[in-house]
Amino acid sequence: MIAAHLPALQVVLPLLAAPLCVLLRRPVAAWALALAVSWAALAIAVALLVQVLDSGVVSYHLGGWPPPWGIEYRIDLVNAFVLLIVAAIGAVVLPFARASVAAEIPAERAYLFYALYLLCLCGLLGITITGDAFNVFVFLEISSLSSYVLISLGRDRRALTAAFQYLIMGTIGATFYLIGIGLLYAMTGTLNMADLAERIPAVSDTRTVHAAFAFILVGIGLKAAVFPLHLWLPNAYCYAPSVVTAFLAATATKVSVYVLLRILFTLFGADFAFADLEIVTLLLPLAVFGMLMASTVAIFQTNVKRLLAYSSVAQIGYMVLGISLATTTGTTAGIVHLFNHAMIKGALFLALGCVFLRLDSVELDDMAGLAKRMPWTMAAFVAAGFSLIGLPSTTGFISKFVLVQAVIEDGRWYLALIILLSSLLALIYVWRVVEVAYFREPAAKAGTGATEVSEAPLAMLLPTWLLVLANYYFGLDTSVTLGVAGRAAASLLGAAPLGAAP
Amino acid sequence: MSPETAILLALAIPLVGAPFIVVFGRVPNRREAVTLVTAALLFLAVARLIPVVMAGGRPTVTLFEILPGLPIAFEVEPLGMVFAAVASFLWIVTSVYSIGYMRGHHEKNQTRFYVCFAIALWAAIGAAFAGNMLTLFLFYEVLTICTYPLVTHSGTREAVAAGRTYLGILLSTSIGLQLLALIGTWTLTGTLDFAPGGILEGKVGPGLAALLYALYLFGIGKAALMPLHRWLPAAMVAPAPVSALLHAVAVVKAGVFTVMKVTVYIFGIDFLAEAGASQIMMYVAGATILIASLVALRQDNLKRRLAYSTVSQLSYIVLGATLANGLGAIGGAMHIAMHAFGKITLFFCAGAIDVAAHKTQVSQLNGIGRRMPITMCAFAIGSLSMIGVPPTAGFLSKWYMLLGSFEAEQMFAVVVIVASTLLNAAYFLPIVYAAFCRPPDPAAEPAAAEGGEKHGEAPLPIVLAVSVTALGTVLLFFLPQLPLELARDMIGGAP
Repeated sequence: MIAAHLPALQVVLPLLAAPLCVLLRRPVAAWALALAVSWAALAIAVALLVQVLDSGVVSYHLGGWPPPWGIEYRIDLVNAFVLLIVAAIGAVVLPFARASVAAEIPAERAYLFYALYLLCLCGLLGITITGDAFNVFVFLEISSLSSYVLISLGRDRRALTAAFQYLIMGTIGATFYLIGIGLLYAMTGTLNMADLAERIPAVSDTRTVHAAFAFILVGIGLKAAVFPLHLWLPNAYCYAPSVVTAFLAATATKVSVYVLLRILFTLFGADFAFADLEIVTLLLPLAVFGMLMASTVAIFQTNVKRLLAYSSVAQIGYMVLGISLATTTGTTAGIVHLFNHAMIKGALFLALGCVFLRLDSVELDDMAGLAKRMPWTMAAFVAAGFSLIGLPSTTGFISKFVLVQAVIEDGRWYLALIILLSSLLALIYVWRVVEVAYFREPAAKAGTGATEVSEAPLAMLLPTWLLVLANYYFGLDTSVTLGVAGRAAASLLGAAPLGAAP
Repeated sequence: MSPETAILLALAIPLVGAPFIVVFGRVPNRREAVTLVTAALLFLAVARLIPVVMAGGRPTVTLFEILPGLPIAFEVEPLGMVFAAVASFLWIVTSVYSIGYMRGHHEKNQTRFYVCFAIALWAAIGAAFAGNMLTLFLFYEVLTICTYPLVTHSGTREAVAAGRTYLGILLSTSIGLQLLALIGTWTLTGTLDFAPGGILEGKVGPGLAALLYALYLFGIGKAALMPLHRWLPAAMVAPAPVSALLHAVAVVKAGVFTVMKVTVYIFGIDFLAEAGASQIMMYVAGATILIASLVALRQDNLKRRLAYSTVSQLSYIVLGATLANGLGAIGGAMHIAMHAFGKITLFFCAGAIDVAAHKTQVSQLNGIGRRMPITMCAFAIGSLSMIGVPPTAGFLSKWYMLLGSFEAEQMFAVVVIVASTLLNAAYFLPIVYAAFCRPPDPAAEPAAAEGGEKHGEAPLPIVLAVSVTALGTVLLFFLPQLPLELARDMIGGAP
């Protein structure tokens, strides 16, 4: 009975728990509820993935209204995989959140944090699970509005401007998306994605559909922070509370990239987007520029959170690059990097959360000599940094390997070189932090900097290390990640998955 | 114990040893005992495999797949056997030496030092036994990372800067070029297994083959081909045992070992010769040999002179590989072992001089042979091996390389080998001459002038280690069967 309604529960559970948090008020109670719900969400996501792997696409009709009239939750391998990413990060981040939130957010507002956090989770899961193009917009707004508030909870006053900036950009993005969907609705009379996919080809050479495509692409590009639409991201990540940064960095942009995948491959279809409109000539250069520019900018940052934020923009470039090739291997690389990058950035931002808890700062200069005081935190940072650089045995290596393989198969050797070069830029910015934390003497000023701090509490270190170890586990055993990503990519493109043929 | 178990044991022993070194970190004697026991056990496990491989066995272990069709796999073949045997034997000697050096020098963070050392050896053995290019690449990178804390051991500004050069060059080349070549090979052939005769034949044209070969060889930064050699002199800020075992044996040999592997098992020497793909790289190697020797002439710092000598000697091995014939490959493979013994002796001596006399410059060594006769005799033997004078090990490998050059009708290679022999003599023999025949320089002996204690030989563990490797250098000349037979097996019997 319950098993049949798992798709609905995936979204409804956090949605209902959010107001309960407000009623509970007490921070500990709200935290416990949020923890229980996010773990339940993870369990549901796992169950759904297993279900999809066993018996193919799951179609759930909300309220019993059959599609295309009612809202359909449609779960195939692609979004089952993304659901797992979002839910897993949500479940890992919450145990960490308690100490971090207590330190960074006033106790009387902590319950609001958990309520909004659950709403955000609900929104992200909803975007992913739904098979209805308008429903995507609804959940997009739920997740966006809650994340604006979450970011503005940051203690630094600049968090307010960062949130406002994100609000403006995010609203433009959502509006563009809505306009695009509206145009499509005008042309086809339907909002169900599968239904749209069937009807669009008949009208695909009209200006209206072209305009709709452009609006949707730009709108989602904004939310996904695809270069050059990324300007909201560095500030938002930089000034948000540590937990929020870790959660959003690991999930929000990933979900938007997933929507991009859906739009390109399911809604409009590869024939329309790639064969007729040759979208590759737009996406590919943007992805490459994004990788190189953002990585270069990251090198010159003095705030480590901002440094990693720029790195995220670069990493989104990797995903878009893979997707823009429109080959099975390329799309596999894009999808697997959704997962891998969530692990990498999740681990890095959690480690920074530990640093912020003790130092009240993540400025590079304040972190001088920190490795002696917080050896486990910095070791986690270095270990996750290896994954960001893409050393073998890490998830980052897997992503890079498949992506380079994809561009070589596509005959673009020069791109392979660029990808590898940009991963070397990651070496530079990660190593800047390492040298400061391990070799530079702490500043002499008494009572400031890294001289008097101790290691972060275990409740924060454990989730951090869990994600770090996940980086290595999934770097050595890729049967789940790469296997699912390969099949998901194949289902999107309607081709044989990677590994079936060399 | 089956050979497969021996492989797994060899891979497990250093990894198990490392945490025990941490556990006993506060009790130096026990900590060092753990290191010695670990090193001895590792050598036993590796030695167990020698007869198997000599008899033609190729034990393999496949662990698990990382990517579809690309497992972490191990296969012991003759070349890897040579490398593993040399590295694991010299680890024992170096451990003895380290005890004398690190205590004599009152170094800090000795626990970290020994742990990183154990992991470095693990990585070297993993690379030696790697059954495919991906596994080799994995351990190659582990070796880079775990030696970084050793290079920056002192934590000074200079050491950090050197560490930056070290990591920067090694990782840039391996990620930027080697990985590209690796994924390219995988995409073109669908396999990364090491196969006798290579895997690329028939899959790529001569042009692409030459490009791939260049990508591999420059990508293997640890082979220190010019202009990507600067990390090696930079790494000399590390304590002497690190320079000795890692930057004369494990790390650099992992580099040239990878070159040999790529040459013999990825390209195949016949295919290379046929396609002429290694021609350009042969000139690069030849140029590196000569230029590095010329630079070495001008170095006054003893360790830096040795480092440039290493750069030059490594390129011998690359040269042997790029000759693309059996004799050259045998010479290259043998030189992995022969150079290891000679060069580790020289570095041991440099460290011994540093500990006993606190001297680091060549110009300070006048007359030191009278005070440190054993050390300087060993130094003389090592020098002769570098030059390639019988009865030292270096002669044999050089001999094979010369034969290979003649067979390949590469007069360039012949000229390079002859000229560099002269250069080697020019920068090593004056040191030996000064040490024994020149009177001590009173100006360089402030301690003596102020009535301070005159130094004698270095501490016993150091002298012991130096003697063992120097003797080994001579013994390998008279009993070269092990590396020679293995090198012949590598290319499938014949010459």
